[in-house]
Amino acid sequence: MNAEQILFILFGAVSLIGAVSVISFRHPIYSALSLVVTFFAQAGLFILLGAHFVAAVQIIVYAGAIMVLFLFVIMLLNLGTLSAKGALGPKLKGFAVILGILLAIEGIYIALNSANDTAVAAAESATGTTTTYDIGKLLFNEYLLPFEVTSLILLAALIGVIVLVKRESQEEN
Amino acid sequence: MENFPLVLVLSSIVKILIIVHLLIIGVMIMIWAERRVSGWMQDRLGPNRVGPQGLLQPIADGLKFMFKEDIIPDHVDKPLYVLAPAMLLVPALITVAVVPFGSSIELFGETINLQIADINIGILYILAITSLGVYGVVLGAWASNNKYSLLGGLRSSAQMISYELTLGLGIIGILMLTSSLSLRTIAIEQGAYPWQWNFLIHFPAFLAFTTAMFAETNRLPFDLAEAEQELVAGYHTEYSSMKFAMFFMAEYMNMIVGSAVTVTLFLGGWHFFGLENVGGPVWSGLISFGIFFVKTAIFLFGFIWVRWTLPRFRYDQLMNFGWKFLLPIALTSIVVTGILWITTNSRLVVGIGNAISAFIVVSIVAGLLVMTTPKPAIQENDSRFAPTALDAVE
Repeated sequence: MNAEQILFILFGAVSLIGAVSVISFRHPIYSALSLVVTFFAQAGLFILLGAHFVAAVQIIVYAGAIMVLFLFVIMLLNLGTLSAKGALGPKLKGFAVILGILLAIEGIYIALNSANDTAVAAAESATGTTTTYDIGKLLFNEYLLPFEVTSLILLAALIGVIVLVKRESQEEN
Repeated sequence: MENFPLVLVLSSIVKILIIVHLLIIGVMIMIWAERRVSGWMQDRLGPNRVGPQGLLQPIADGLKFMFKEDIIPDHVDKPLYVLAPAMLLVPALITVAVVPFGSSIELFGETINLQIADINIGILYILAITSLGVYGVVLGAWASNNKYSLLGGLRSSAQMISYELTLGLGIIGILMLTSSLSLRTIAIEQGAYPWQWNFLIHFPAFLAFTTAMFAETNRLPFDLAEAEQELVAGYHTEYSSMKFAMFFMAEYMNMIVGSAVTVTLFLGGWHFFGLENVGGPVWSGLISFGIFFVKTAIFLFGFIWVRWTLPRFRYDQLMNFGWKFLLPIALTSIVVTGILWITTNSRLVVGIGNAISAFIVVSIVAGLLVMTTPKPAIQENDSRFAPTALDAVE
């Protein structure tokens, strides 16, 4: 077993433990922190794949910005611990079971078919790492249109948020 | 992994040990310097009893912290309360891993770079790790289960998110001209003379970046998270003994690392004219380290200077300043740098264009703010206290 495999098992295990504790902790702040741990472990997995840029962005965007906002909201609303019976009704529980089974089937399918996947083969390039330069080149040449469309969608979402917030504050006055 | 030369492994360990200890000693020197410089600025002496010129004062302070009773109040959330100081200290310590603190030394036939790790996403690593520092503040505040602490934590998280944007956008101009994310490459690209350093080419971005860095380190005028007059001590109200000392150390460590990063990005790193090729392969490396150290120290002095020069922002002023002034400056700087660099390929033109555009943007924003602000109902003509400039533009 070489160093890379040991690290893979380590990060994988931490990621799984974090993911399970997200749904097992009763208090939302602990759940949010477990999610941060999972993001970290996943960033580690990205680095093992040679995708340093993706790993850094994972931490900057998810751990550094989105989860801080989660914490902010949890603290602002002062959410208490969930009751022992749980917040899910029977309908939601059935839905969750169906979704879980679907996800498991998907995972098994990917695991069985990933050996001859072209995307995985492409990721293992000659050097083994993708630099930011490569990603930039790809984004602004091959994937220019999807990239610009994504930015437009994000802009639309931004404007939508501003409109919603504005209307609310005007009604208050 | 097996064919790693032993010298490289050993030198890495030595570098890590030296840098971590330098950071901790640096914190002690900063605590001493802050108190002495504050004294000097306020026309008093400052601590001068323990050791020559009071130099041993930080050690006395440290001993005091260690022997104080470590109180964990009953009403706190214990796991997070204990964890929070470490969550602030660890990011502050590991950011320094990618900062190049000197050129290189040739030892036993190997060239050893004076940097712990030169990773190709250096700047992104720094942004990622500094964005984690907020967890220590927010969780410490929440776990304390105290309304003053919580208010401090809420302020801090909003502040960090707002100013992180400027921090990230401010360096994009540099990335465009250097076309590398590695801090070492950025430092090497800057020449020996001050007019070749990035702070003149990207002057508005430099100002925005340093201001955002002050906000990220929670220093005055941005220390709303621990505003003594309003929040007792803010997020660390409930902390005592070494746990409080860890918060304290983390703040100073953030200052040191932030200064080191600014020196690397904007102030030419370890370069200084006339001292480029002095001495042999070992001495030139050490001299470059000395230059870097002096530059960082001068910048740190600026931190203390600003503390006793500018009063604390009000919360709305903080948000207005971050979103309406710093962010537009950083964004304009990106656009102007990009356009001018592609069309003229001249650093001089980019520098001039950046300065002019930032001036225009600030004038427009200030004008808009003045025009859209409703006049206060009571005209305070008789007031003895003149409204400050920022009050006028709100």
